[in-house]
Amino acid sequence: MSTLEIKGLRVSVVTEEGSKEILRGVDLTINSGEVHAIMGPNGSGKSTLAYSIAGHPKYTITSGSVTLDGADVLEMTVDERAKAGLFLAMQYPVEVPGVSVSNFLRTAVTAVRGEAPKVRTWVGEVKEAMSALSMDPAFAERNVNEGFSGGEKKRHEILQMELLKPKIAILDETDSGLDVDALRIVSEGVNRVKENQNLGIMLITHYTRILRYIKPDFVHVFAGGRIVEEGGPELATKLEENGYAEYVTA
Amino acid sequence: MSLATTTNYLTPTGREEPWRFTPLNRIGGLHDPSVELHDRISLEPSDIPAGVTITVEDALAFPPLSANEDQVVTRIREGVSKVLVVTIATNAEVALPIFLVRTILDMNPEISRVQVKAGVNSHATLVISNSGDGIFAEEIELNLAAGSNVRFITLQEWGSKAVHVARHHAIIAKDATFTSFVVTVGGSLVRLLPTVEYTGPGSSAELFGLYFATDGQHLEHRVHVEHGVPGAKSRVNYKGALNGDSARTVWIGDVFIKAAAQGTDTYELNRNLLLSDGARADSVPNLEIDTGDIVGAGHASTTGRFDDEQLFYLMSRGIPSEEARRLVIRGFFSEIVSKLNLDEVEERIMARIDNELATVKI
Repeated sequence: MSTLEIKGLRVSVVTEEGSKEILRGVDLTINSGEVHAIMGPNGSGKSTLAYSIAGHPKYTITSGSVTLDGADVLEMTVDERAKAGLFLAMQYPVEVPGVSVSNFLRTAVTAVRGEAPKVRTWVGEVKEAMSALSMDPAFAERNVNEGFSGGEKKRHEILQMELLKPKIAILDETDSGLDVDALRIVSEGVNRVKENQNLGIMLITHYTRILRYIKPDFVHVFAGGRIVEEGGPELATKLEENGYAEYVTA
Repeated sequence: MSLATTTNYLTPTGREEPWRFTPLNRIGGLHDPSVELHDRISLEPSDIPAGVTITVEDALAFPPLSANEDQVVTRIREGVSKVLVVTIATNAEVALPIFLVRTILDMNPEISRVQVKAGVNSHATLVISNSGDGIFAEEIELNLAAGSNVRFITLQEWGSKAVHVARHHAIIAKDATFTSFVVTVGGSLVRLLPTVEYTGPGSSAELFGLYFATDGQHLEHRVHVEHGVPGAKSRVNYKGALNGDSARTVWIGDVFIKAAAQGTDTYELNRNLLLSDGARADSVPNLEIDTGDIVGAGHASTTGRFDDEQLFYLMSRGIPSEEARRLVIRGFFSEIVSKLNLDEVEERIMARIDNELATVKI
């Protein structure tokens, strides 16, 4: 049982006009096995929340705390956060030219597990995980995210999540740019990892579409850099009907 | 081409266009007529495959094959008495690479000349491996007969004091294919002139380069491709990285398409990766076209800093920063290195790059 606890989190970025506050006091607790949907309009700070927890250098934490099972996440380097059990599936995964998927996966898994995986079991493990996400084995020889379609990038993110076995995963707009088939495959992958590994999930999304496949236990409405309303799955239904208008003007 | 034309030798001052990037005070006197240059054959073949002969010949019997304007090359041509001649027999399919290993004995300035003659329809790979310290200038001319295919790899794995100035000139006949790799990861001052001319249609040259400069290194590559006949093709792709505030690289890419060179197809590319703030990479592509009838002609040059988003992506998967940087650099160079098709050399170069990377905190 793991717990990610975010308390009073305030985050700024440096712009040409000076420092600008994006997150204005976020409180959120995610336990193993729970799915928390973070829903909100564009520009509300959802992605900033994701990247701040992962440790992107662009964001400055001005106050508040983030802990994973009591350990101070904000004190950790980016790679230490991954080793501690956090995973961020990115909305725009980055191309790394000249680095093959297989080399990348092996390097990452070696770093997170603290030892190189056994060659014999490793090959099978990767093959199985790829096959479950309907990925061609030839994919492993391609360079990381280079020339990938939107669907391939998102499958590749979930593949990493499956192999790295995090405690808590943040999925940042994983549904964006996916057609219905790809959305189903990716969602099934997320659900499988959640069931097998008792993963806690922060599911960031603009649309309710993905919530038909990944059932949230909690829905949080995000606007103006903080959570403005919380509820169960019924809140998503309300958002689908009414949109975010009432929160944006608020 | 006469060997005795000393009359119009003008010592470069550094103000001339071809010399304006080169720190002449560090060139060990190679350009200076008052400095004596020792004439010595410094390459040793490790194995000589069947179909290949390597001999030392009298320089007068093997005069230069090409025109030259570089003052150091002029000094080489005037100063050497012997030429190392590598001959690849007509129709020879030489599967194993021809390895030539350089031995420089001391820091006395040295010169040498090499001629490579690839026979009609011959295939071969020639690898020249430079290491250690010395002050050294060389001219290598490669004459590719019709239908021949030569891969020419030079490895500059010099020590930190080495000075190396060289011209590699390929003359490519009808339907011949020349592929060159210049790998420069060592030396205090390295100035290389990979140059190409064509003598018949259907000829092709691919010139690849990789360089990595750290503090105190000046690595200069001046590519010159002269399209003087119709229907020839050229591709140039040089990639460099710089690590350390006094690291310095220069890449010049001159491609000239003469009026007679209809149907020319050319593209040249130079990419530089700056790993520290003070490092400086000069990149000057230069394309001159004297005919409207070409298949294609283009160039691109980029010089940029390390991509923080790549680092963040890798680190967010648990990969420590040092290893993430190594992955990105290896990835950057892999496009070139993986084409070498020499496993042992590839691994050695990558290991050297890893070491250079470790010397300075990015």
